[in-house]
Amino acid sequence: MYATNYHRASSVEEAVKLATDNGDAKFVSGGQTLIATMKQRLASPSDLIDLRHVAALKGIAVNGRSVRIGAAVTHAEVAASAELRAVCPALANLAGGIGDPHVRHLGTIGGSIANNDPAADYPSAMLALDATIVTDRREIAASDFFQGLFTTALEEGEMITAIRFEAPEKAGYAKFPNPASRYAMTGVFVARRGGAVRVAVTGAGADGVFRHEGLELALSGNWAPDAVGGVSIDPTNLMSDLHASSEYRANLVKVMAKRAVASTL
Amino acid sequence: MAKVTLTVNGRTVSGDCEDRTLLVHFIREKLGLTGTHVGCDTNQCGACVVHMDGKSVKSCSILAVQASGSSITTIEGLAQNGEMHPVQAAFKDNHGLQCGFCTPGMVMTAVDLINRHGNSLTEETVRAGLEGNICRCTGYHNIVKAVLSAAAEMGTARQAAE
Repeated sequence: MYATNYHRASSVEEAVKLATDNGDAKFVSGGQTLIATMKQRLASPSDLIDLRHVAALKGIAVNGRSVRIGAAVTHAEVAASAELRAVCPALANLAGGIGDPHVRHLGTIGGSIANNDPAADYPSAMLALDATIVTDRREIAASDFFQGLFTTALEEGEMITAIRFEAPEKAGYAKFPNPASRYAMTGVFVARRGGAVRVAVTGAGADGVFRHEGLELALSGNWAPDAVGGVSIDPTNLMSDLHASSEYRANLVKVMAKRAVASTL
Repeated sequence: MAKVTLTVNGRTVSGDCEDRTLLVHFIREKLGLTGTHVGCDTNQCGACVVHMDGKSVKSCSILAVQASGSSITTIEGLAQNGEMHPVQAAFKDNHGLQCGFCTPGMVMTAVDLINRHGNSLTEETVRAGLEGNICRCTGYHNIVKAVLSAAAEMGTARQAAE
């Protein structure tokens, strides 16, 4: 790891100021991706702004069906939240399936979303739940937030403070984890509100997380695993790597969509 | 340079290190507690698992300076008054190790699992709970047996104490 300068922020304002004052700074909370990346010298921020001690970034609040999750809430906390589980068990289950127990004890929802790894679990949930990403300066709809591999709408020095969404009537998530890394080789998050269905796919798209109109149309007509059968998944824009070809991933999209819907029945 | 203060196995310790020093290196090199191992150095194998404020973490995935102010338990902190912790005893009794390299991380993970689940642990939960710990010798079978046996033992001990 290259040398870096550590700063511990105690408020959002202080963290943003530290990031603005130090050109190549990065925010760190759980650090479960960033520290590993720095160890490989694939990232070399001049400064690290530690957010673990910023109280405003913590806590899960559920009000009726409105959910707000602080950016520095860990995957383990999301998985263990009885309040969240009561209105949106799919998101709690998703968090409980990220990485391994040690990663879940440190890694945070804000970090996962800000990194926008094409195989991360959370981006698919944000997109399918039509979530709002709250930052220190504005609110961004999930559909505008994720902009391709490791790319988001965040500006320099802008920091995610929370995510918000209305819990849908039904939601489910299923992934085919890479057996070594536990990242999604394909993960599908499905959500239904009235007749409106949103289906978001992670781990498969060559350009990161995406919605699938064909699946949405089929499932809005018939919310059942069988409804997925007739949908064709075009492998053209899917990832192909040593783990799986794009054709294989196209099939996984279907299978995971079926499982995600089945988990809600 | 950073000044790091930790409570390690109940004792307050301080030391200077570079900002980039990983917690595992601070524990091994500054504190001389070499029971915490570096296996893969890519945050995957779990040989470096310690408890930070009561939760299992990979000490190679966090900087020492990030951990400053927290309470750390390492494998050296488990045995009390010369008596092995029930999880350590169960690993010995069930032959839950061969070369022993992954064992400190396995034991720390097992203690965390039992703390969180008590004796409601099942084989399935144990296997899922060990996903972040890699063992290249045992095939996991006796490790799982050891964790379940320790969970039962600790549950019985808790009941007896109540």
